[in-house]
Amino acid sequence: MEQEQQNSGVVRKEKISHGAKGMTIIVKNISSWVKILIVLFGIYIVLFGHLTPGGGFAGGVILASSYVLLMLAFGREFVEKDLPLAIDSKIDCLGALLFALIAILGFVFGGTFFFNFLHQKYQIGESFHLISAGTIPLANIAIGLKVGASLFLVIFMLSTFRRDTSSNK
Amino acid sequence: MAIFYILLLFMIIGAIIAIETSNLLSSVICIGAIGFGASIMFLFLRAPDIAITQIVVEVLGLIILIRSTISRDLTFISGDKEFFGTVISVVIIFVIFLAGVQVFGTLQNFGTPIFANVPDAASQTYIKEGLQSTGAANIVTSVILDFRAYDTLGETTVLFTSIIGATVILRKKAKKLIEEPD
Repeated sequence: MEQEQQNSGVVRKEKISHGAKGMTIIVKNISSWVKILIVLFGIYIVLFGHLTPGGGFAGGVILASSYVLLMLAFGREFVEKDLPLAIDSKIDCLGALLFALIAILGFVFGGTFFFNFLHQKYQIGESFHLISAGTIPLANIAIGLKVGASLFLVIFMLSTFRRDTSSNK
Repeated sequence: MAIFYILLLFMIIGAIIAIETSNLLSSVICIGAIGFGASIMFLFLRAPDIAITQIVVEVLGLIILIRSTISRDLTFISGDKEFFGTVISVVIIFVIFLAGVQVFGTLQNFGTPIFANVPDAASQTYIKEGLQSTGAANIVTSVILDFRAYDTLGETTVLFTSIIGATVILRKKAKKLIEEPD
């Protein structure tokens, strides 16, 4: 019981001061504000990829960089609690599967692989609007999910690897 | 046009410093400077898509490289260079430089597209029919996700495979799994 109480007290204290690890309180506060803007900008870049410069790859990297900012400011454990690696790798696989699924749906509905069936067959939306260009925004979303999750995963893996070697040797 | 030559000079100097310096951290920072120069150059060449991607990837790569080079033992490269290897590499670089001068003599001016004057080139078709046949206002996206979607599929596959490899090599549980099964 005493140990549990002590543990809960430690947890509460960590929640208030955002944990002992990571950078100073200034960096933590500013990055916890800025991360929202970065995520919003990444989503904008992904969703408007067919209208303005950008697209799935750039938006995905921006989304990954928001979590990298959190990882640098708050430490590795905080991010691991916020976005577990199992979910991250599932998002990665989901993006790749979505992209392949869009291509196969083009084959099913239009007859050729990667056929833009939503635009050429069903004429959904009109040009220069958000809902336009058929399967291109969907493919952008898939690539954004895939690139963001996988880049964050590889950065996380690299930092873990560095930790282990430094602690062992 | 002078800005291109200034940027090129800046990037070449940065590349030489990145190779020749003995401090690993300053070498990484020079690589970042080259990348940012490249992104400015893409912006002046009216390729904002590539500029955004370049600058974002450069920031992320710089963070990874700095985080993996700081507190690493091999910050200083020791040992003298061999004379024979240096001579061979200088000769090879000079030959490649001569070939490059010959090749660049046949190209058009810097910044003008080569296929602009070729009738029925692929790029002309994309520009004419891009909006009509894909509906995307951004023509770069219409090329990479509709006309050239196989390229993007291959790129995605390469990224996926490399991430799988990195995850398998760098995973934390590998040692524990070997030591204690289950």
